[in-house]
Amino acid sequence: MDNNNARNTREVVVPGDKLDGSNLKPGENTYVLDGVVRASILGVKMVRQNTISVIPLGGRYMPATGDTVIGMVNDIGSSNWMVDIDAPYPAPLHVSEVPWKVAFGDTSKYLNVGDVVMLKILMVDESNKISVTMKDSGLRKLEGGRLVKISHTKVSRVIGKSGSMIQMIKNITDCRIFIGQNGTIWIDGEGLNADVATEAIKMIDEETVRSNLTERVKKFLEKEIPQDEEAEENKEGDE
Amino acid sequence: MSGHSDIVLVDEKGIRIDGRTAEEHRHVKIEAGVLKNADGSAYVEIGKNKVLAAVYGPRECHPRHLQNPTKAIVQCKYNMEAYSVGDRKRPGNDRRSIEISKITAEALENVILTGLFPRASIDVYIEILQANAGTRCAGLTAASVALADAGIPMRDIIPAMAAGKADGHVLLDLNKEEDNYGQADVPLAIVPSTDEIVLLQMDGNMTREEFDRAIEMAIGGCKELYALQKAALKRQYTVDGEEDDSDEQ
Repeated sequence: MDNNNARNTREVVVPGDKLDGSNLKPGENTYVLDGVVRASILGVKMVRQNTISVIPLGGRYMPATGDTVIGMVNDIGSSNWMVDIDAPYPAPLHVSEVPWKVAFGDTSKYLNVGDVVMLKILMVDESNKISVTMKDSGLRKLEGGRLVKISHTKVSRVIGKSGSMIQMIKNITDCRIFIGQNGTIWIDGEGLNADVATEAIKMIDEETVRSNLTERVKKFLEKEIPQDEEAEENKEGDE
Repeated sequence: MSGHSDIVLVDEKGIRIDGRTAEEHRHVKIEAGVLKNADGSAYVEIGKNKVLAAVYGPRECHPRHLQNPTKAIVQCKYNMEAYSVGDRKRPGNDRRSIEISKITAEALENVILTGLFPRASIDVYIEILQANAGTRCAGLTAASVALADAGIPMRDIIPAMAAGKADGHVLLDLNKEEDNYGQADVPLAIVPSTDEIVLLQMDGNMTREEFDRAIEMAIGGCKELYALQKAALKRQYTVDGEEDDSDEQ
């Protein structure tokens, strides 16, 4: 990917640090003071196309348009549901944004408090009001399975390079897994397998700093779930 | 703050009772990210002071009437544990803790980019586990590290340190004895990148010259503390370095 060169000069910056970048435009999570670009968040410095920005290392998930997220319904209105998506703001899901025809006041027939849904962020306005939709391919109510919450900054590590990490976990554990950009992950599989997949994802969340993560997760999965030769073969082929 | 006592706080050589010189601060230890359940946290030791700070948020602000539609509000709670001082401290809020909570929140509001999170609240909890003078500074120091650890956007990290006068000498970072039997205590917090002062109080009396000297000393102390705060935050993420297989979707 095009951020590879940024990885090589991985530098952790803290708020207030000067980001030495003459002629570079200030990007995300930066601000300018007396003509000097400074970091406004704890993160990793990144330069891409004349823009200097900081990738956060932690913090709350802030919804961005187009993100797919997993949330839990925590309140029902007569024409909407309130969904908790682990953001600083609640996400109201309006009846017009679900794939069903819902009569006024009938909201609880379709989704109830505690139900888990996969949503897409339609829009976030200037005052950070969120609107979400369930009307898109792949979006739905998630039934059964379990939820794992990790830091949203680790989502890209769980997915891996062009999906390699998550594909490996899916193949070995034979689980159905959906990942929300907000760090909520839904796993459905048979008993032990789902346990192992959960453990593997937690391991990624905790050990992202170390190198060779994919290798180590693979070892862990293979130790927990002995694979028959044939399945092994197929999986190698995929990668 | 009697100013009249037989205790010798600074000897002829200018050495204080704990062996420091006038311009030396106490030993500082800062650790970030010590609590798992908070969004951000920090543990700070300054001499015998032991302080824990935890940060939650930005999150939805409750009660609703406190929400500000243009920016996030910063709520701070400073609390001294019952066992933090020699005699048991009666637990709960008192005038002193309410005051310190307020000034800490106001100091932090200056650096947090609150405009990014309208209607939200950022909650800071400061627990004083052990007190030995200078806990408001230690608390603010810990709180700003915890905020950065929580990934909250801010202009800078705030260091805070006190200077004061004891035994007729202007001293940096007073300890318990110097505070109790000294003549003045001036806690100070700055924004290092702009040299703004975000917290300044004075308890006791000093001449103008002594005050200027105290401010100068405290700013020097803050700058040293600032380096330690930054180092503590960076230390968390430098285990063995290189990332290899990351990708944006």
